[in-house]
Amino acid sequence: MSATVSQPSPLRRAAQRALANPTTTLGAVIVLLIVLGAVFAPFITPHDPTEQDIISRLQAPSADYWLGTDQFGRDIFSRLLYGARISLVVSLGAIAVSIVIGGIIGMVSGYVGGKFDLIVMQAMDVLLSFPSLILGLIVVALLGPELVNLVIAIALTAIAPFARIARAPTMALKERAFVEAGHALGYSHTRIIFLHILPNILSELMVMGSLWMATAVRVEASLSFIGLGVKPPTPTWGGMTRDGFENILDAPWLAIFPGVAILLLVLGLNMVGDGLRDATDPKLRNE
Amino acid sequence: MTEPLLSVRGLSKHFTVRKGFPKPKTTVIRAVEDVSLTINPGEAFGLVGESGCGKSTAARALLRLVEPDGGDVRFAGQDVRAARGKDLIALRRRMQIVFQDPYSSLDPRQSIGSALTEPMRVHGLARGEEAKKRALALLEEVGLPPNAYDRYPHEFSGGQRQRIGIARALTLEPELIVADEPVSALDVSVQAQVLLLLRELRQRRGLAFLFVSHDLSVVRWFCDRVAVMYLGRIVEEGPVARVLAQPLHPYARMLRDASPEPDPALRGALPRILGEIPSAAAPPPGCPFHPRCVHAMPECSVTLPKLRAMPEGGSVACHLYG
Repeated sequence: MSATVSQPSPLRRAAQRALANPTTTLGAVIVLLIVLGAVFAPFITPHDPTEQDIISRLQAPSADYWLGTDQFGRDIFSRLLYGARISLVVSLGAIAVSIVIGGIIGMVSGYVGGKFDLIVMQAMDVLLSFPSLILGLIVVALLGPELVNLVIAIALTAIAPFARIARAPTMALKERAFVEAGHALGYSHTRIIFLHILPNILSELMVMGSLWMATAVRVEASLSFIGLGVKPPTPTWGGMTRDGFENILDAPWLAIFPGVAILLLVLGLNMVGDGLRDATDPKLRNE
Repeated sequence: MTEPLLSVRGLSKHFTVRKGFPKPKTTVIRAVEDVSLTINPGEAFGLVGESGCGKSTAARALLRLVEPDGGDVRFAGQDVRAARGKDLIALRRRMQIVFQDPYSSLDPRQSIGSALTEPMRVHGLARGEEAKKRALALLEEVGLPPNAYDRYPHEFSGGQRQRIGIARALTLEPELIVADEPVSALDVSVQAQVLLLLRELRQRRGLAFLFVSHDLSVVRWFCDRVAVMYLGRIVEEGPVARVLAQPLHPYARMLRDASPEPDPALRGALPRILGEIPSAAAPPPGCPFHPRCVHAMPECSVTLPKLRAMPEGGSVACHLYG
């Protein structure tokens, strides 16, 4: 009874366990580098990402232009760092929105149960049956290619999986005696859902969030690639890859570098997400 | 005579189960049927019976943790079943529950301090430092150190968790505590400590208890009066000393004979127990106990015996005493 052990949140414990795995650490390092690059882009970039310089167009990588220049003479490296901002902001925003909305839908649906649950989850299944790119495409086509609309489009595709992830543990938790004790103590349903069920499922939502970040980055890049991303001249990785395609034979780095950037970010996020998932999986926990 | 604290008349709770495809069959499970009891202020009332007889459901139904289907529940004269909104919350403050499983009855992500102060905040009894002071006093009252305040449920043993559960039930200063098998999940040595604590609290605070248990010796020690339930119905009710020493109802007798006798000299051959408890979905006609009863008469399979007051004290529902 003497030693007071403070309980770290399950997410922090999972993160500690996950970082013991070198793959997860590598993923975390990749993601961290990209995030730092995006945040400090104005201090790192050697050139203005939108400044055109026709004289130095389509240059191969050199000391001055580390990753070469595009067909308007803009510095690829600078554009990549600024493009990372769009990728990160859109995917982070979309996942945040879908965790909140999907989480609430799932918790309420699982908590209320019965016919309400049945109808809500059928609706989620309909949403889930659209491939994320197709659903994103429909929404952006309807609302127009703005940053906010991209966030909405990608969030919409991720709401259903978050609702599912939130619902299952809610159904298990509401049968526990502490929820019944809450009723006996006169707690409102809102209080029970948000103050007693939510903290118990938060780590699962967060782990799912890190995995879906990768999907969100991919969908954002795909939408930009087909011209439905944030409008030029704002650099986006998908847009840069598409631009590079026109010169793929004489200046392949134009398409290759942004493609590699997308690959690295998606890979890094997946490595982190997989590591966190394994670390929170009760079946693997004691290995 | 004083007004009873809790008076229950004809309480019933039925569960309907729909099963099957394409034509679902509806089965009604009569978990609680026509249960009546009264608990006076400061009195400990035991509810005993075998697993599945509906004793826990009855306890939950009168707290409206499950909605009862019929009957009348009055707490200090107030209609519990009709209470809505604020009235219901006010009633909840006055009757609390202690659960059987100390492992699922506490929110694993909530510190003990928060679990004890939250009810006070919700009911506007105390907040901030005042709430903390009260919570620390409660911890002391249930025999836990003050440093438990900042800790989490997983750091405590089953017995300690049960003490926390009891402290939480006391936060609202209730008059009645429904204890649903409060010690059956604990080790025997810990059971004794928790029971002592409950009796101490009862004496100090003048609490009334509805004590649900399958353990007759615990009920004998803790309660003043007891009701024996069988298949959702009360078959015998009366002062604990009389009912558990000289049970009248054949089922109550069977229950007493089945509970362990500590003195080997007094042990006899165990009585033969006929059959198993029938399904509450298809209760037998007449007296629910007649298929297992050694004294069954033709009348027993036809008419349901009513609870009748007995000269020995209490009342019993059996045709033997008709």
